[in-house]
Amino acid sequence: MSTMTVEVKAAVNNTLNAEVRQNPLSSAQITDYDHRQTVGKITVDHPKMTCRNVNVYYGEKHAIRQVSLDIGANEVIAFIGPSGCGKSTVLRCLNRMNDTIPICRVAGEIRLDQDDIYDKSIDVVQLRARVGMVFQKPNPFPKSIYENVAYGPRIHGMVDGKAEMDELVRASLERAGLLKEVENRLNEPGTSLSGGQQQRLCIARAIAVNPEVILMDEPCSALDPIATAKIEELIDELRENYTIVIVTHSMQQAARVSQRTAYFHLGDLIEIGETDQIFTNPKHKLTEDYITGRFG
Amino acid sequence: MAISHDAHTVKQFDVLLANLRNLVLEMGGLVEDQIQNAIQALDNEDVAAAREVIARDQIINGMQVKVDEDSVSLIALRQPLGSDLRLIMSLSKIVTDLERIGDEAEKIARMTVKTYDGVSNSPSAKLLRDVHPMSKLAANMLHGCLDALARLDVEKAVEVAKGDDELDQEFQSALRRLMTYMMEDQRTIGHAINVLFIIKALERIGDHAKNIAEYIIYLVKGKDVRHVKMDVLVQDALEGE
Repeated sequence: MSTMTVEVKAAVNNTLNAEVRQNPLSSAQITDYDHRQTVGKITVDHPKMTCRNVNVYYGEKHAIRQVSLDIGANEVIAFIGPSGCGKSTVLRCLNRMNDTIPICRVAGEIRLDQDDIYDKSIDVVQLRARVGMVFQKPNPFPKSIYENVAYGPRIHGMVDGKAEMDELVRASLERAGLLKEVENRLNEPGTSLSGGQQQRLCIARAIAVNPEVILMDEPCSALDPIATAKIEELIDELRENYTIVIVTHSMQQAARVSQRTAYFHLGDLIEIGETDQIFTNPKHKLTEDYITGRFG
Repeated sequence: MAISHDAHTVKQFDVLLANLRNLVLEMGGLVEDQIQNAIQALDNEDVAAAREVIARDQIINGMQVKVDEDSVSLIALRQPLGSDLRLIMSLSKIVTDLERIGDEAEKIARMTVKTYDGVSNSPSAKLLRDVHPMSKLAANMLHGCLDALARLDVEKAVEVAKGDDELDQEFQSALRRLMTYMMEDQRTIGHAINVLFIIKALERIGDHAKNIAEYIIYLVKGKDVRHVKMDVLVQDALEGE
């Protein structure tokens, strides 16, 4: 082998040793909050929801700092980041789920279309019909499959008569890709379904009240890969009619289902951009370190 | 975002990536040797040494296959993203060009075997006069891009990419001179054509080295600088440096 090879190998070993020597950043080391600004374009041409300077406090704890971003109409936007980064907190601000936590205080402005959702005149029950939610664990009501879907439309007084309700229940189950599997057992309990089916039942329940936005908090983390694939396919179909915000720990899932991705870290929105740019060429070092598995 | 130098949480991933990069650099070293040995065999009219270069090309081909296999399994098993993904994709493309540079060295060796077959007279020195300066330029470009890869040095990669113009110009003037010799004395045509193949091979090595330099810029900067004008390449590569 020539001297060149030896020289090159020495050089590469030096860089690699340097790589190994340098420890990844621990969370305690990252303290430069004052200078942290979101990297990437936060705005879109057709926003469905807009967040501006959103701050969230849990008692004394400043959990979310100055988060501003747009959620585009008919887009799937993924929130990613390590545990405790605030992605679920921001998600829950979008339909005021945080109101249920007494010590939680939200400052800043969040609009759905033109409406300030934290305005006094806003009816929270109506808001949550417009901005529906699907949780990590499938949580069907302890009622029949039919009743699980019919419950929302009934309390919102959306339908007139049994025939209309039947139609709405079937349409919602159809949209959630579940109808074929359950049409002959609509009176069986929702809990008798498999995990993946239960999650699609929860999605059917969410879309039955005709929401505009659907929030999903790790909707697939309790599901197997096949059930996950069905939900992901469903998310892609739902995008035609709804705007979807999804929180996920699986970067591959964020990459597969979303058009834009936002990376949160310790309460800050670090970077936001087209999903494909975030996963191939992130601009911020913290994003790069997270997606390549360099700390945590 | 430049490439991250921090270690992965999963240390085994670092080891696998380092192994892949080392394998590519080792292959690069072998390819450099091949060019050097091919030119030396030509200089020394050493047909046996030229045949050795031809035989050794198989080793390089095997390394290309190995790097591609390793890249596919890294993608399948580790789902690399960001700079890790760019590294693996770039290395896989770099070995394609390295393998082709190896083929060019083999071509030069074949021409040596053909030229010094012991039947015809040796070519005159003036026919071969452009081979040396061109082989120096080509070898420098290859050396430069392996160096840039080892150090992830975009400035060095830019220097290599810029160097391709000079080699192309050398090739054009060498070609004109060969044509003149052929017109002056038709008996030189046989040898001149062999020399033409040799300098064409050297010119191609420059093209492949430029490709490698472009992959290094992509790997470090995340910007695809293939098929862009040189000023755009320089701007994209050195932005934020």
